[in-house]
Amino acid sequence: MKHIDFSNSPRIDQVGVDDRIARITARSIKKEAKMQGLMMTLSMIDLTTLEGADTEDKVKQLCYKAHHLHDTIDGLPTTAAVCVYPNFVKLAVNELKGTDVKVAAVATAFPSGQSSLEVKLLDTKLAVDNGAHEVDMVISRGKFHSGEYNFVFDEIATIKEACSKDVRLKVILETGEIGSLDKVRQASDIAMFAGADFIKTSTGKISPAATLPVTLVMLEAIRDYYYETGIMIGMKPAGGISNAKLALQYLLMVKETLGGKWLNNQYFRFGASSLANDVLMQIAKQKSGIYQSQDYFSKV
Amino acid sequence: MKKKHTIDFSSDWNLVPAPESTATIKLKEKYDLYINGKFVAPKSGVYFDTINPANEEVLCQVARANAEDIDFAVKSARKAFNTTWSKLSGKERGKYMYRIARIIQERAREFAIVESLDGGKPIRESRDIDIPLAAAHFFYYAGWADKLAYAFPNRKPKALGVAGQIIPWNFPLLMAAWKIAPAIAAGNTVVIKSSKSTPLTLHLLAEVIHEAGLPAGVVNIISGNGETGSFIVEHPDVDKIAFTGSTEIGKVIMKAITGTHKKASMELGGKAANIIFEDAPLDQAVEGIVNGIFFNQGHVCCAGSRLYVQESVFDKVLQKLKDRLQSLTIGDPLDKNTDIGAINSKDQLKDINKYIEIGLQEGAHIYQPDCKLPSKGFWCKPTLFTNVSQSNRITQEEIFGPVLAIQTFRTIDEVIEKANNSPYGLSAGVWTDKGSKIFNMTTKLKAGVIWANTFNKFDPASPFGGYKESGFGREGGVHGLAEYLKFD
Amino acid sequence: MSRIEVLKTYKIFIGGKFPRTESGRYYPLKHNNKIIANMCLSSVKDFRNAVVSAKAAQGSWAGKTTYNRSQILYRMAEVLEGRKAQFIAELETQGIAPKNAVQEVELSIDRLIYYAGWCDKYVQIHSSVNPVSGSFFNFSVPEPMGVVAVVAPENSGLLGLVTQICSIIAGGNTCVVLASEKLPLCAVSFSEVIATSDVPGGVVNIITGKQNELINNFASHMNVNAILYCGSDKKVIKNVQDLAIENIKRVFIRENSDYFDAKHDNLYYIFDFQETKTTWHPIEQIGGSGSGY
Repeated sequence: MKHIDFSNSPRIDQVGVDDRIARITARSIKKEAKMQGLMMTLSMIDLTTLEGADTEDKVKQLCYKAHHLHDTIDGLPTTAAVCVYPNFVKLAVNELKGTDVKVAAVATAFPSGQSSLEVKLLDTKLAVDNGAHEVDMVISRGKFHSGEYNFVFDEIATIKEACSKDVRLKVILETGEIGSLDKVRQASDIAMFAGADFIKTSTGKISPAATLPVTLVMLEAIRDYYYETGIMIGMKPAGGISNAKLALQYLLMVKETLGGKWLNNQYFRFGASSLANDVLMQIAKQKSGIYQSQDYFSKV
Repeated sequence: MKKKHTIDFSSDWNLVPAPESTATIKLKEKYDLYINGKFVAPKSGVYFDTINPANEEVLCQVARANAEDIDFAVKSARKAFNTTWSKLSGKERGKYMYRIARIIQERAREFAIVESLDGGKPIRESRDIDIPLAAAHFFYYAGWADKLAYAFPNRKPKALGVAGQIIPWNFPLLMAAWKIAPAIAAGNTVVIKSSKSTPLTLHLLAEVIHEAGLPAGVVNIISGNGETGSFIVEHPDVDKIAFTGSTEIGKVIMKAITGTHKKASMELGGKAANIIFEDAPLDQAVEGIVNGIFFNQGHVCCAGSRLYVQESVFDKVLQKLKDRLQSLTIGDPLDKNTDIGAINSKDQLKDINKYIEIGLQEGAHIYQPDCKLPSKGFWCKPTLFTNVSQSNRITQEEIFGPVLAIQTFRTIDEVIEKANNSPYGLSAGVWTDKGSKIFNMTTKLKAGVIWANTFNKFDPASPFGGYKESGFGREGGVHGLAEYLKFD
Repeated sequence: MSRIEVLKTYKIFIGGKFPRTESGRYYPLKHNNKIIANMCLSSVKDFRNAVVSAKAAQGSWAGKTTYNRSQILYRMAEVLEGRKAQFIAELETQGIAPKNAVQEVELSIDRLIYYAGWCDKYVQIHSSVNPVSGSFFNFSVPEPMGVVAVVAPENSGLLGLVTQICSIIAGGNTCVVLASEKLPLCAVSFSEVIATSDVPGGVVNIITGKQNELINNFASHMNVNAILYCGSDKKVIKNVQDLAIENIKRVFIRENSDYFDAKHDNLYYIFDFQETKTTWHPIEQIGGSGSGY
């Protein structure tokens, strides 16, 4: 594959990005638009557990929640996927049989990515062989910072090859370690040109995780890639999105940047563990007019 | 040719209207003049309608002042200058001004709603920009009132006396703050006239000033038409004329005061160049273009109405710009989601449409997003013109509406020449990631305000004003004080 | 037999050269009813040519380093000092008392040095970094207005003229000057000082002639950015102000004044012919304590 000179990625002015975000967060999302947005949010969640302490039971509970978000409210969607470590993939696939919920596995020496390509490939193969529908890989930030952009590119391309063609690859940039918006843009370009189906902000292990400005820069990278190639790349902000209002602002940003075609879980996901319940509380509030308590919504 | 991939902005998910409630706003049926600390009926008894340009409904009536009223106002201002205001220490003057700033903040929502009702600007702008900036202006200059000696060391600054001030319709309250705050901080008294189409927030400001307990006659607030303004300009006992408005009217005013002792400051028209280099942060530049020309429906003297895009990125920028226009909401100014509100008046709309017609006749290519406009009121879609050159009238003349003339350029030399090729020189914008290029450009562009990698930013501490036919004098910052002082 | 003296032809000074007026007209300069010299009665066309030169020279004059401008003004003082005797003699020829003539030349030299010293300093005095709310670096600096048309003081042929010229060019402007009608000799000789002091051609242009023939063009020329009228005639002032409106020319009036007075050592004479330019640029908010992106 032809290497592109990624040092020429477009420059980003952070203050200008903040200005744009301010316009988006000043929007008022109310009534039907809010309800519709909340439903959409639920359907876009990758319900996630990525703890050292994860057990089979924990993963089972998570899977159940994914398609039984809150049974006392009718008409709720399922989440888009559950996101787990590779060793839980087989279990999750089994638990979710007969539902539309996908199983995503983090792979490639998640979260640091500090390992050899062989290990990363094995990690990926494990996930894929066990039936993962989606693989969330991390980029080698160390190599990225050393300026070895082709290394990063090749690694992504190799992992993409290792995913069979119906497995979608999400590439995690870990923007909290990347240092600036210019670099976020550059990493986004590398990932997309190397074959990512989705680009994703964060592992959830580093702060800051997803933010509106970072996500806007990535959405604009996706737009430029689409202008250039006609290929639609998905976006997944992950970590740090725990309330419904913020989630709706993300959706509005997608709408105003990429248009309606991206507003579904084929092209947009939230990586989150606690967002679902806040959205559910908002939905209950919209339906009943009464402010809600967390005690009435199941935790996982 | 490469296939063009375009973004489809249609969606099943659409925002619903979120209108700001007007329930708390109780406009009077009639607004009087505020002269000598009292609300007084105009001598002639004449009132005129002010309408909401978004639906053409009459909001209320305001007094039209005649020569007699102006004479009374100037006399009151003179008396206040001689007997109270000039006797007061700077510290005390400042304290009154702080009060005004605070009361504006307290009544901010009311001001914002009325500003949008009367002028058609989106509530997002009146709420987030006009009103807070107006309060900030009073707050900023309040602090200067007792520090003039530091502002002008060894120069023994003294107030001029009575300042006559005439403000435009595009930023009514904000322009009033730009005028009144430095004038009274410097120790002058004021006779200020609002514009015919947007008088209301000045009448609210009169209430604020009254509530603040400012001594009678220090600020006199007048409404009326152009003739009313000429009474102020021609009054022999006025020491200073401050005007913001068109270059055409500015010249008429200047003509009226030649050979007199009146000091003047003029903030007039503009036709700002906004220059995008290929190495610019393009997505932010597009936002800057939008902010530059569509802010306040383009009713902005410093609007970035001439866009110059380096040829190598022209297609890309144009595509992004068109896409950005798709996500702009046009409509009810009071809707919190509105980006572009109503054109300020019927006359202004006529003027803008005339220029759009001229652009088409000149063979320029027009682009307007596909959007519905309300059936009543005055509306204009955001408009882009390409295939234009320096000699097109839409490139040369100030349109004062949401109409952008776009040209390409190849070299730095060329774009500097084109940018400066205008009788105006109010503002300019430059977008590039390269620092040394920015300073080259900002040095060579003949304009009073230059925004580099941003556009249409304002602040009380930042001097604003033009080169060439965009006027003279500065408003804002320590520079703004000098316009209201004389020195030994 | 005594030697026949070579008489000087007083020409005008445009674009660094000394042409005769294109009008071919002259006016006799007299003192005690004796003709001292035939002065060029410059035409509107001479003025127009001078503006072309001034405009062409302005960009590079403003672009010189301030240190360089300072040295050039200082050089003018040096050259004038070297030709003191000539200027004293010319002033006396025009009827100035010998003691005053010496003082006027010496003060002119000193005034040049005063303004030479400001060239690389006034910007600091007049500039500001403006503390705006928001993540922007915002600063204001003075910039030259451009081409200044000057009607020099009628009553001060050298010192008045030098005061105006050096304060205007110290700030990066170029100028076209109409010399005093009654006292024009030193203006022309001062052109020779300018021409030999590394002042680029066109920065200063000096013409002689009748104020009432030229002043309308001084005030109305669309390529002139500012006009300075030195004088107190109310009708002339109003006329200048009226004509200047067409291109919103900046108008400055300096009424008749004693140019020996130290008040003419005046920084604000430089600032009069400066515009204020304000520049904004974002300040990125990434890194450091407490910031995220």
